[in-house]
Order: sequence, then structure tokens, then C-alpha cells
Amino acid sequence: MLLELLVSTLTQGLIYALISFGVYITYSILDFPDLGVDGTFPLGAAVTAVLLVNGVNPWLTLPISMAVGALAGLVTGVVHVKLGVRNLLAGIITMTALFSINLQIAGSNLTVDRGTDTIFTSAPVMAALGSLSLMGRKLVVSFVLVVVVKLLLDAYFRTKSGLLLRAVGDNPDLVTTLAKDRGQVKLLGLVLSNALVALGGCVVCHEQRSFSATMGTGQLVYGLAAVIIGVSLMNFYTASPLARSLAKGSLRFLALPAGTTAVVLGSTLYKLCVQAALSAGLPANMMKLVTAALFLLVLVLSGRKGEEIIHA
Amino acid sequence: MLEVRDVTKIYNPGMVTERRLFQHFSLTVEEGQFVAIVGSNGSGKTSLLNIICGSIPIESGDVLVDGTSIAKKKDYQRYASMGRVYQNPSAGTCPNLTMLENLSLADNKGKPFGLIRAVDRRRIDGYREQLRSLGLGLENHLNMKMGALSGGQRQAVALLMAAMTPLRFLILDEHTAALDPKTADIIMELTDKVVREKKLTAMMVTHNLRYAVEYGDRMLMMNRGEVVLDRSGEEKKQTSMDDILEMFNRISFQREQE
Repeated sequence: MLLELLVSTLTQGLIYALISFGVYITYSILDFPDLGVDGTFPLGAAVTAVLLVNGVNPWLTLPISMAVGALAGLVTGVVHVKLGVRNLLAGIITMTALFSINLQIAGSNLTVDRGTDTIFTSAPVMAALGSLSLMGRKLVVSFVLVVVVKLLLDAYFRTKSGLLLRAVGDNPDLVTTLAKDRGQVKLLGLVLSNALVALGGCVVCHEQRSFSATMGTGQLVYGLAAVIIGVSLMNFYTASPLARSLAKGSLRFLALPAGTTAVVLGSTLYKLCVQAALSAGLPANMMKLVTAALFLLVLVLSGRKGEEIIHA
Repeated sequence: MLEVRDVTKIYNPGMVTERRLFQHFSLTVEEGQFVAIVGSNGSGKTSLLNIICGSIPIESGDVLVDGTSIAKKKDYQRYASMGRVYQNPSAGTCPNLTMLENLSLADNKGKPFGLIRAVDRRRIDGYREQLRSLGLGLENHLNMKMGALSGGQRQAVALLMAAMTPLRFLILDEHTAALDPKTADIIMELTDKVVREKKLTAMMVTHNLRYAVEYGDRMLMMNRGEVVLDRSGEEKKQTSMDDILEMFNRISFQREQE
């Protein structure tokens, strides 16, 4: 029973890491608190639910939700960059609009019945992992997905385009003197971020077989908490004697983990904390309160109260 | 040739705080000229640079390169042929990227920022060589985050980055003002070397009158949006620190009288 709870919590932590990757790009790299996340997350789920109900191959829902999420990011970006609306408000506009759009897409709250295949019950997964329980398959598939996305992101951050993205959050004026339009770089970051957030929504929909219009509430806060926990822990680790001694040896790569690794750890740890609070007897209705309290605790403990940008 | 033609710049137009800085201001800078600009605060030195770079809008007038207007071009488009170093040493580099990543960014200016590896290993020796020529011992710290370097070191790298790719105009906005005197001297010496070697057309705003006298082949003194002194060539060489200081004090005195 405890093991089952642990496995399902770990799975949750991994799936929500996908959303946290998106938040990492906007908040941590671009210094853009994108509230649109609260709308893009259920958008991914809504698109996925409709596609699954209509018998579309479950694996196809992943790229499709990402594309739709990217479009939402583009809207936030255009509102901010081209129309000059402040970043926080641009996100709120997208989030608000998406609430209606999500309901338009899904019709209403939507459940995917047990007979419909999800990525966790699809033929290739059953062929490879058929001996595992559904719960085990969910953990393995989520893990593989997260690792693949993480490695792709790491590789992207090392490209010229990725480096420019990191530069625009760090020093936008420098990007201008490099003869590049900083607005366009931000736009690209928002597109990428929202694609990932929608991917998270998509996988959550596969996992819980449902979409609800309100499922996005608090997702940005969740993502922020995961990113800040992860990055703070990583900073703590890289300053530790262990990392210092590793930096000298052949295991040098372990001394400075990528920001994306930190995000996965932060996300998993955060889900574990929330689950621990619930298991300790806290009513489910209190979950958002716990989330908020934990977030505050993380902000205070990490010494980052929101004024300072975090970079990894 | 860089030309500012008949420019009018008004801050806060139509408001009680309205301030007319430039009224039909014109200035021509010849190819390869190194212009030092001095003047008290609010005289329009930095505004002039901002107008050339397109960082601030103007009410009327034109900015031209080789007789072609660039007034309609956005700031980032103008930087295709311009480099700029700011007063604040952290403004010219990305503090959270490593020195190697910063140099790679600058090295790629003018080329597409696509999906190929940002750091070109084959270029590292070249970067090292350029860093070594600074004489600051930076060549062995390529993987250090820029933010961990001192102001002077950052400014030296910023200068290197601004002039890394082929460019024509170098805009220096009080780029030694935040440094200690010794470091400022090193950066100034380096600036002169870069401008000469790359045959750049440079505009340098400075509060250091000595630099304005010793470096560059043309000197401008500005006051309230007007050029009150313009000396170049032999005439500039004959100009001493005392002349400039005397003139500077006279202008400042006049301002206080009013």
C-alpha cells in the first residue's frame, strides 16, 4: 500500500516535471512569470481528451497537444512583445481566454472511458512492459518521457539558438547589440515553454483519464515551487564539499548537474511533500492551502522571495 | 561616414516636465575618426549616442550612414554594423553564462542562431589568444561565469566582444567611468588599440578630460544639446588639459549663474 502510494507519487512528480520544464524556461531563463500556464496545462489535457475519445492513436496526442500549446505561447508572446502588454498581464489574458477555449474544445468536463487506450495501455508499451502492473507502466513510461525531454532540452540549451535564449533573460540589451530582436527570442521561449506545459497536461490526461476545466488552477505555482526547490537544492549541492571533490575527479559531470535535472528533482520532491501532508490526514480540499504554504516555505528558505531572478 | 542631421529631441513632450535637449542638432563623423565627447551631466552626450543607436526616439531629423538614412531602422538592426560598450561593466556581458559562452555569442553576431552547437571548440584557441593579449590572466578561466569576474575584467571582455566580429562603428558610453583609475587606464589603452587595429569609426563619451585630450583624433565638448567646442587634427593635438578644464569650468559656471 505504501509502495503503491510511493510509486504513484513518483509518477506524478515526473509527469509534472514536464510542466516545470516549461516554467523553468519562462521564469528561470526568460525572467517572465507566465501565468498563461494555468490555461495551457488544461488546454493540453482538453485536446488530448477529445482526441482519445475520438479514437486517435494515443501517441499522436503528444505532438498535437504540444503544437496547440505552442500556439497559446505564441499568443502570450504576441500580446507581450508586439502589443507591448506587461508580461504578467499578457499571461493573465491568455489564461482567461483559454478557460473558455478549453471548454469549447472539450464541450464540458470530459472522461475517457476504461476501454480507450492511453499511452500507458497502448500496444508498444504493452509489448515491452506487459508484465508490469498499470501503475508500474505509468512510472516507467513517465520516466522515459521525462528523460527524453530533459536530454533534448539540455542539447537545445547548448545550441546557438538555446544560448541566445539564455542570454535574453540574462541581459536583453546584449542580445540587441548582437543585432538580434530580443522580442523574437522571447517569443520563441514562450512557444517552447507552453508546448512543454501542454505536453504535461496531455500526459496528465492520459494518466487520470479526464479533463476538467479547473484543473489548471495553481499549476504555475506548482511549477514555480518545483523549479525553485530544485534550483536551490542544486545551488546548495554545487557549493558542497562533495561536489567540489567530484569536480576534480573523472566524475566531473556529476559536480554540476543541469538545471533540468534540478527541475525533475524539485518536482518529484514537491509532490512527495504534498502527498505526505495528505497522507498525514489532511483533507483533500486543503491541498491548495498546503501547496501555497509549502511554496511560501520554499521561497523563504531559499532566500528568494520573488524579487530576484533565478538562473541555473 | 556617420551623420546626425537636423535632429530635435524633446523629453516628455507636451508635459510640464518637457525638456528640449536637441534643437536642429547636426554632426558629421568621418570614416575612421575616433571622436571623444565631453560635457557636463545633461549636456546630451549619452542621448546623442542613444539617438545614433536607435535606443530612444527623436521628434524630427535623420541619422545617416554613408548618406543613407537609418532612422527607420530598429535598434537591433543598426547594431549589425555597430558595437557598443556601456558604463556599467555588467551591461556588456551575460553574468550567468560562462566567459566561453559569452565569447561564442559575440563570435556568432551577424550569423544565424540556429540549432548547431553554440561553442565551436576550434575557436577556443583564438579566444584564448585574444584574452591573453589583454594581459589580465583571463585566458585560463574560460569556463568561469562572467558574473564572478571583476568590473575591469568584465569590461575588457565586453570590449573584446563588441569588436569581435567585423564592424564599422564603436559606441563607447562612459565605458571607463565605473572602473578604478588603473583599470580605467588599461581599458582605455585597449580601446585605442582596438579602434586603431580594426580601423573603426568610434564615438566615446567620457567624463575623463585627460582621455579626451590624449586619445582620439577629434574632441567635442557639449553643453545643453549643442557642440560648444569641436577640435580635430593638429588643432586637437595643440589643445591641453588646462584649455579644456578652463572651458569646462566656464560653461559650468554659466549654468550655475542662470
